[in-house]
Amino acid sequence: MTAAEQSSEQQARSSRTVQLVSFTVGNEEYGVDIMAVREIRAWSETTPLPNTPEVVRGVINMRGAIVPIFDLRARFGMPRTEPDKYNVVIIVSVASRIVGILVDAVSDIITINEDEIRAMPSMEQVNGVGFMEGLITVGERMVGLIGLERMFSGRMLEAADSSTRPMLSSPSEQASAA
Amino acid sequence: MDDLAQFRQTFFTECEELLGDLEGHLMTLQAGEGDINTLNAVFRAIHSVKGGAGAFGFDRLVNFAHIFETVLDLMRDGRLEPTPDSVLLVLRCADILSDLVRAAQNDTELPPDHEDEGRKALIALAASIGVNADPNAADDELAALDAQLAAGGPDAVIAAAASAEPEPAPAAAAAPAKAPLLKYLVKFTPRDALYQRANEPLILIRELRELGGFLARADASTIPPFDQMQAEGAYIKWEFEIETDKGEQAIRDVFEFVLDDCELEVTCLNPPAEAAAPASEAPAKAEAAEPSPAPTAAAVTATPKPQAAAAGTAPKAEAAKPAGTKPAGAKAEGAAPEGGKAVRSIRVDLDRVDKLVNMVGELVITHAMIAQQTEHLHADQHPELANGLAELSHHIRDLQESVMAMRAQPVKSVFARLPRLVRELAVATNKKIRLDMSGENTEIDKTVIEQLGDPLTHMIRNSCDHGIETPEERIAAGKPAEGVIHVSADQRGGRIVIEISDDGRGINRDKVMKKALEKKLIPPDAVLSNEEIDNLIFLPGFSTADTVSNISGRGVGMDVVRQNIQSLGGRVHIQSRPGQGSSFILTLPLTLAVLDGMVLKVGDQSYILPLANIVESLRPEPDQINMVANSSEVLRIRGEYVPLVYLHRIFKVQNGIDDPTKALVIIVELEDGSKMGLVVDEIIGQQQVVIKSLEENFDPIRGVGAATILGNGRVSLILDVAGIKHIAENETQRPGNQNRQLAAPALQASA
Repeated sequence: MTAAEQSSEQQARSSRTVQLVSFTVGNEEYGVDIMAVREIRAWSETTPLPNTPEVVRGVINMRGAIVPIFDLRARFGMPRTEPDKYNVVIIVSVASRIVGILVDAVSDIITINEDEIRAMPSMEQVNGVGFMEGLITVGERMVGLIGLERMFSGRMLEAADSSTRPMLSSPSEQASAA
Repeated sequence: MDDLAQFRQTFFTECEELLGDLEGHLMTLQAGEGDINTLNAVFRAIHSVKGGAGAFGFDRLVNFAHIFETVLDLMRDGRLEPTPDSVLLVLRCADILSDLVRAAQNDTELPPDHEDEGRKALIALAASIGVNADPNAADDELAALDAQLAAGGPDAVIAAAASAEPEPAPAAAAAPAKAPLLKYLVKFTPRDALYQRANEPLILIRELRELGGFLARADASTIPPFDQMQAEGAYIKWEFEIETDKGEQAIRDVFEFVLDDCELEVTCLNPPAEAAAPASEAPAKAEAAEPSPAPTAAAVTATPKPQAAAAGTAPKAEAAKPAGTKPAGAKAEGAAPEGGKAVRSIRVDLDRVDKLVNMVGELVITHAMIAQQTEHLHADQHPELANGLAELSHHIRDLQESVMAMRAQPVKSVFARLPRLVRELAVATNKKIRLDMSGENTEIDKTVIEQLGDPLTHMIRNSCDHGIETPEERIAAGKPAEGVIHVSADQRGGRIVIEISDDGRGINRDKVMKKALEKKLIPPDAVLSNEEIDNLIFLPGFSTADTVSNISGRGVGMDVVRQNIQSLGGRVHIQSRPGQGSSFILTLPLTLAVLDGMVLKVGDQSYILPLANIVESLRPEPDQINMVANSSEVLRIRGEYVPLVYLHRIFKVQNGIDDPTKALVIIVELEDGSKMGLVVDEIIGQQQVVIKSLEENFDPIRGVGAATILGNGRVSLILDVAGIKHIAENETQRPGNQNRQLAAPALQASA
């Protein structure tokens, strides 16, 4: 263990810090845990998958791996993103799968203490809120923390209509389905 | 996985290979084509299994292998004649041995008398020429030796002579080409690693003692004072004097598994006079007065073989080499029996090979991409680039072939299980069945091989149970009492063809028809060709056996076979001639990593259709297209009606051509034999594509089998025609509800 790691460990004991990559969808700002982010790439044309929900934009070739891309705007119940070259795809790894999230733009890297994350207000579970893990205030901005595990831990295709359902199947589910 | 578990794993992997080889050699023996080399190979296989088993303490396995080995040793010495009966016994014992190995592997206990019959027969066989093969009789002496060793204390130098000379002299004299009894001094110094790898010198010593008159000295002088002793250290050295006619190699063989972990010196104390090498054997080498220790085949054959010179008969593979020509240590290994054919292979983790296969796939794609990017450049302006690309393409193709060859394995490994299966089935059904095999060396991708076992077993069972008649029936039909099942493998085109044919009664078509109608598997007014009737047996839920036997006939067999083969990208069908027999014909792709596909265009999308599915493609005339029930269209082609399925409708692709007479109809054949006309815009061309899993990062999608990456770097989907048919059928059934229906994951499909 290096000295740096040790000191961060000590820090963590008092209050663990979390780093988030934040991005915008429309006028709203969201963040995901930086540890899950594999890379950030510009939008490129996808190969559509037949008979899949709106939220599935299709698949891309990422150095030989077939990676599905999800449209976060559509996930929030809004119309699909009309992507141009300024749109960004955040590639994340979740539950041993690699998936991409289509967003408008990456805005910041935020370092916060874990105890600064506010729980979601107990409002009705409207579209898209089911996978939110909490809210953060950064200066004047509010950033929604997205729980990737929640978003992608069921079967992907079912995610379209019900926001409470996760988008990827868990490994055990997969095994039994296979 | 700890070290021991890992070694155990390796041991069982090796056992599997050894037993596989063994089965092959036994088949040769059974066919009466075996020679001394075959017997030697059989012996070595059993010996290796025994050696490994000893190291892991599988006593029961060791015990049986030991008796087995003794008998085989007698056979290869020529003291036991390999009669049909004794070969049959050897076959049966090989089965028992593999049962024991399997039981050890799975930590299960076989019934205590499982090997008794074979064991008794072996002992009896050995006893018939006056050899006691039962190690338990000898154990008492060894226990005495152990006790002596234990009592001696650390400084004692113990000498213990084996009381019984295990080989009766008369038999030895009678044996042809008997090697002279030579006295060897063996110095054996284990290193620490020997013990750390769970080896037990006592087992080695016991085995050494089998070779002949024996004197062991333990040198305990290097044992340090107790407080300085390392618990896992190796302190004791041994010296053995052995008088044997088996030769030096036999002594070295005992230490085969520990060679790297000990110092071993074998010297002959009374080397026979240097005999001139028989000129006929290796004239080129004969002039070399000093045989070089180089472990080449030539050197080995040229090594003077005293016993051959003395008796003038065929040399034995395990020749006793005179000490003067003795190559030391590792070199002796290289010059092992069978003319110094050193094993030139390494064990590589399959994951590593898979990674390599993937990388080559990437390389293929990247190359296609570069080639496409540079297409517009004139070759004469950039000659180096054009040449370089052409060369690269050549190298990549070579590389791809070599890598695929690494994954390829001879089908022998699956075929090896069949003889036993047939033997057992013949006994269970009271039939006489002979198994012939050919093309065992045909190579297929390892993943295909692994999944081939079950379907093959099913088909063989089916042939034994339904195909081959009882001996009485056969004789009545004017056939030999013994039925023959022939299993062959062959590469034709880009595919592997495996054929399982029997000379039995063939398919009773009337009975099959009746059964299919009874079970409502076909419509009552169906008119089927003979071939179509025969292939009804692959339908789910079909069984013709009047009584359900425990071999086959539960009606789950053949449709499972078809499913298994299909999941490998293969096909299976049956050909039958009543009264003369039937053949299952199975075609399989060479590999699962690449696929020959046709690139299709529909609207602005391109898809890959596996070539194996395509029957033909055509642009139909308007009068070939008929409406059925005002909803679905069928295409009439040579008197057959084929339903039309529009790919752009199924996949909701924009701008697809709606008029089949302006589009293209590809007739595809589904695995159940039905046909479908797929309407697409155009065919781009044929291409070999690298198969990529979609499920790795996503869920299965109906109608899509997998994905691939085309030359432009874009992902293209590989079509699954069965899935497309399913969508088409559901769409016509429930037109209003299609979206919801289709968006549902393929759970039902797998259920």
